[in-house]
Amino acid sequence: MPSYLFWLFSTVMLIGGTAVIAFRNPVSSALSVVTCFVGLAGLFIGLSAFFVGVIQILVYTGAVMVLFLFIIMLLDLKDEERRANSLAPVAAGLGLVIAFVVQLIGILSRSPDKSLPPLDHATLASAAADYLPSGKIAASLNQGKLPDVHLIGHTLFTQYNLPLQILGVLLLVATVGVVVLSKKQAG
Amino acid sequence: MATLNDYLLVSGLLFGIGLAGVVLRRNIIIVFMCLELMLSAANLTLVAFSRFNTAPNGLPDYNGQMLVFFVITVAAAEVAVGLAIIVALYRARQTIHTDELTSLKG
Repeated sequence: MPSYLFWLFSTVMLIGGTAVIAFRNPVSSALSVVTCFVGLAGLFIGLSAFFVGVIQILVYTGAVMVLFLFIIMLLDLKDEERRANSLAPVAAGLGLVIAFVVQLIGILSRSPDKSLPPLDHATLASAAADYLPSGKIAASLNQGKLPDVHLIGHTLFTQYNLPLQILGVLLLVATVGVVVLSKKQAG
Repeated sequence: MATLNDYLLVSGLLFGIGLAGVVLRRNIIIVFMCLELMLSAANLTLVAFSRFNTAPNGLPDYNGQMLVFFVITVAAAEVAVGLAIIVALYRARQTIHTDELTSLKG
């Protein structure tokens, strides 16, 4: 990804993130989270993680944030906007973040940097030897394309099959739990 | 070209913003959104490491992206359960302001 696109998407992401905690209105905050996640998805796609970028948009901005907006609408929070923020938590939050950022910069300035490894036609074609020669992955790699979704599916269903099943059970448990929690208590 | 440290810096800043939101906001829904921001910041580091530390065959290391996939799925389940808890809390107490939830205070 060209450098200016990286900085553009990071700026969108960081401004969106700052707006989440700056806005008083929860609906504005939720829409700022959406902005932040769109910038983040741009960064993912710039890192050639196309599948992760797309599910970031679909799952987070499409499903999760819409769920947040529904709940905000259900709760009818009118009193939030006239509340004054007390000074102590603001000072504590800012102090914590400044300490964190100073440490982060200190660590990053000492750790060895690394530039982007090439993902060109030669690299992709040489990687094709690891996959079934008649399969779609090897065909795409030989054409110099990164078959991101195929590779993720390959890894998911060969190396991570058991975690995937457990994840399915977890989603089922979450669904049942949400229904139980949101049911009106009788009496 | 952006280097690995640029990505780590940006994701650290996003994590810091999320942390600030958790500490300084009193609305529990906003606190929950900021938790999502922190999870996404961790996802960004994972994807950056997966792209910069390639697998031996030169492709991105897909084990890192698997972890991102699992984090996103678990986060979606967590949001559903957490929001149900917030709705139950609102029904019980008529508030989602963390300053007014003091029943555990000694």
